[in-house]
Amino acid sequence: MDIRSQVAMVFHLDKCIGCHTCSIACKNVWTDRKGADYMWWNNVETKPGTGYPTQWENQEEYKGGWVVKDGKLQLRLTSKGKFLQKIFHQPSLPTMDEYYEPWTYRYEDLFNGPEQDDQPTAIPVSKVTGQYIDIEAGPNWDDDLGGSPLYARNDVNLAALSEEQRLQLLSIETLVMFYLPRICNHCANPACVAACPSGAIYKRGEDGIVLINQNVCRGWRYCVSACPYKKVFYNWSTGKSEKCLLCYPRVETGQAPACFHSCVGRIRYMGVLLYDADKIEAAGLRPDAELVTAHRDLLADPNDPAVIESARRNGVTEQVLQAARKSPVYRFVKDWGLALAPHPEYRTFPSLFYVPALGPVTYSMENGVALNPTSTEEIFAPLDQARLPMSYLASLFGAGQEAPVRYAMKKMLAIRTWKRATEVGDVDLKVALAGLREADCDPEQAEAIYRLTSLCSFEDRFVIPASHREQAVEVLTNPLERKGAAGFGFREAPQRGF
Amino acid sequence: MLTNFLFVGFPYVALVLAIVVSILRFTWRPFSYSSLSSQFLETESLFWGSSLWHWGILWVLSGHLFAFFLPEAILAWNARPLRLYLLEITGLSMALLALVGVVALIVRRFTDRRVKVVTSPLDVVLLAVLLYQVASGIDVAIRYRWGSAWFSTNAAPYLWSLLKLAPRPELIAPLPWMVKLHFLSGFLVILLLPFTRLVHFLVVPIFYYWRRPQVVIWNRKGLR
Repeated sequence: MDIRSQVAMVFHLDKCIGCHTCSIACKNVWTDRKGADYMWWNNVETKPGTGYPTQWENQEEYKGGWVVKDGKLQLRLTSKGKFLQKIFHQPSLPTMDEYYEPWTYRYEDLFNGPEQDDQPTAIPVSKVTGQYIDIEAGPNWDDDLGGSPLYARNDVNLAALSEEQRLQLLSIETLVMFYLPRICNHCANPACVAACPSGAIYKRGEDGIVLINQNVCRGWRYCVSACPYKKVFYNWSTGKSEKCLLCYPRVETGQAPACFHSCVGRIRYMGVLLYDADKIEAAGLRPDAELVTAHRDLLADPNDPAVIESARRNGVTEQVLQAARKSPVYRFVKDWGLALAPHPEYRTFPSLFYVPALGPVTYSMENGVALNPTSTEEIFAPLDQARLPMSYLASLFGAGQEAPVRYAMKKMLAIRTWKRATEVGDVDLKVALAGLREADCDPEQAEAIYRLTSLCSFEDRFVIPASHREQAVEVLTNPLERKGAAGFGFREAPQRGF
Repeated sequence: MLTNFLFVGFPYVALVLAIVVSILRFTWRPFSYSSLSSQFLETESLFWGSSLWHWGILWVLSGHLFAFFLPEAILAWNARPLRLYLLEITGLSMALLALVGVVALIVRRFTDRRVKVVTSPLDVVLLAVLLYQVASGIDVAIRYRWGSAWFSTNAAPYLWSLLKLAPRPELIAPLPWMVKLHFLSGFLVILLLPFTRLVHFLVVPIFYYWRRPQVVIWNRKGLR
């Protein structure tokens, strides 16, 4: 047993309103720079849709994540033996066209334009070349475009659907969509780390945040291809790769990252998960059907004395252990089974979990009045009549397995009915209770889920222990050496080349 | 005098600067070490340019290094004409690959609107020198045939004499000017090495083969 601590996340998709506030918060803090201007470390996608970069889930093309080959876990990108062959040219590297060419507008033309009959216009210019560009795509070009022939129809996950389901998903009367905010998953088995030729990418032992050492990165770009979520970006100006750093200066001081803090729908939760690093490889070798369970088995019970003992041996502090016991993420993922990692079949074991969107629940109507369920069958009927087929969600969150998604959806539906019964009173309590039982829930758990979903405060959503910077290696250096200087760390301007 | 300056002074300046500046740059400006890849901006023509160039020049360069370290082995190999032809034809075809590659890279660099943006003056200088180096090498290989033979008898001892700090420029003094220019532009490449993107050649990630797949760094003292 090798218990480590990981800051982990839950995004509750039922609450996401797709406002992109998270993206903007991140952009303003981290990527509003030359070379990074096309990067959206946090982006919000409309699903079904092709996402950013286009069709990032298509691993036949991008070769991200891990595969099991000859009983061993191996990067899909390349084997170790053939590794250097691809160094001169990465066939699976997405180019700027797969993301988008960043642009701005020549606003000064509005003021300085010559006197003329027409209104002056601000033409779009490329942020790369400075020349006029005809804008063809952007990072959220398909925003809200459920059912669109260009975007929704090319969603990689539609492969899991039958022809009939696909038609239904794309026909105008039954259009459906939901939002998928995405950041770096800070995986337990990160493919980007394993693929980095220079060893520049590393996972922090204390909190599991995955970072790129900019001084060691040589721009070989293997990480960009290897990350199945396409959350490592190549800075075309500095020639270095960059990625979401989970606002570690904030996390270290117990604050929520910018995208979490600014979330309008309050969909984001952050807490500590303890996991057993010794089990990762074995878990990665399990077949697709068992991956969700294997992932959950990695996560260790913070109340188990053996786990606590092993964590202490690894230097996990008491505050972190305490936070782990109060972790909202642990409750959503392990206790309740509501949150699921995106594409577990990539075998990176993400630390970001999603509560799938239940969406609008439709029951049958009579004389314009919705008929409330009168039996447990009726409670769960909307699951199979849902506009969004279960197989779609299974492709996104279940490695193709419907069972874990269905379990989560059933529980949410049962709780919704239960709260209707207790708060509004137009559903029979007995029926609602039977529904809860069938969904592997009880009134106590239902109340806890309801509270953490709907009535949660800032402190409930973010249980982040401050890290012990006073114990960090910097303490070993003499601070007086730096007296009168600029301080610790990396102080060089990020300039291209020499 | 001129010979001494060009074939004794200049090589030493180039070599010393290459070593000293590379190390200083690695120590003080590690951020500046990068392949500075532009594949993200343009990938299709880079495939042909970069692949042909790198594979071609790697073979040519290893041929030079082999002849430098084991000149006798080359001479022994060349004892049979068939083997000599084989070696020369292989070298020449690899050099032609590199030439096609570097030309493709130059065309790409000056025609692609995005790649132009990330092109520095030193990139242009470097590409020009590399183009000249490959082209002059091919020219020498065609016009002054059996270079693998005289490289072993003249060039290798001369280069070794430089390394042994007992320079013998007279070894290459009688060679044609085209050959000497090939030497000079070779030294120029060495001189340019630490100042340009060519430093990526010094940080080829061979250590990848020995490292563990996952890198975990603990920030606290006394742990791992």
